Amino acid sequence: MNKETCQSIFFKGVRDAAPFLLVVGPFSVLFGVVSTEAGLTITQTVSFSLAVIAGAAQFAALQLMVEDAPTIIALISGLAVNLRMAMYSAALTPHLGSAPLWHRALAAYFIVDQSYGLSSLRFEQHSEWALAQRLAYFWGTVAPICPFWAIFTYVGAVIGEGLPPWLALDFALPICFLAIIMPMLRTRAHIAAALVSVGSALVFAFLPYNLGLLVAGLLGMVTGAEIERRHTDPKEAR
Amino acid sequence: MDTTTIWIVILLLGLGSYAMRFVFIGIIGDRELPPWILRHLRYTAVAILPGLVAPLVVWPAATDGQPDPARLSATFVTILVGWFTKNILAAILSGAATLYLLLYMTG
Repeated sequence: MNKETCQSIFFKGVRDAAPFLLVVGPFSVLFGVVSTEAGLTITQTVSFSLAVIAGAAQFAALQLMVEDAPTIIALISGLAVNLRMAMYSAALTPHLGSAPLWHRALAAYFIVDQSYGLSSLRFEQHSEWALAQRLAYFWGTVAPICPFWAIFTYVGAVIGEGLPPWLALDFALPICFLAIIMPMLRTRAHIAAALVSVGSALVFAFLPYNLGLLVAGLLGMVTGAEIERRHTDPKEAR
Repeated sequence: MDTTTIWIVILLLGLGSYAMRFVFIGIIGDRELPPWILRHLRYTAVAILPGLVAPLVVWPAATDGQPDPARLSATFVTILVGWFTKNILAAILSGAATLYLLLYMTG
């Protein structure tokens, strides 16, 4: 094993992840506010954040529940937004896959945008890190993010009950989602997927049970994947 | 929304999300995945979220589904700032500022 101690690597992860609190903090407060405005209790709101730990999926499911969409549609949409977690899980497997099962089961619960993004970046840069060092870094990125996700949700839920209607909180969700979407549009394939999704969501809005959203998601996904396939080396794309 | 429905959504969404986080790292282990599956997984968030937002922007429930200048402008500013800065917080704040300014001016 190389010289860096697990402790120093853990704190490297903490330092890398800490700035993301500036985004995660307000976002989780907002979820707490919007959720209690929608009629959920404080217990339900905090449980939501503890169970799912993924803002976009939580907001998506919540919005559909507010719209009185069928439960199954709220679930499918929330899970579809979280499908990227499966991709993160796949991407981390070569680095953390040799850890004991209990450790992998525990780490899996804490796979979020930030822990995945930072870990995959650093694991590539530090190919000399042993498994224990990689795990130390992963937990370092989790520490300043995940606990605060639940804590700030609680703060939002508590203050949410006293907010006046002129705040137009109905529009907090669209603005947040738009802000999250923009940095995701890294390639032409991503942009095309998003545009197809917008167009089809409006065209298929007449479908009952919010099925239009599922159609839009499916068409957007296929569009992105197809454009990527055409732009990659045919030897790699199978 | 009744309490049972809310708890069902919280529970199943939590279990489902955990299953997706666990599936590869826990079960598949070091085996390789077919590239076409990974290719589709990459675009799920970017395909679902815009479709969720679009109707909320064009037909806001707060204005009984009538397109609204304040909300459309806020959308436009959020997209512009988000696109050029890639900064989530800056985009949210400028979008909210636009919304409040226009709501205040149009009374």
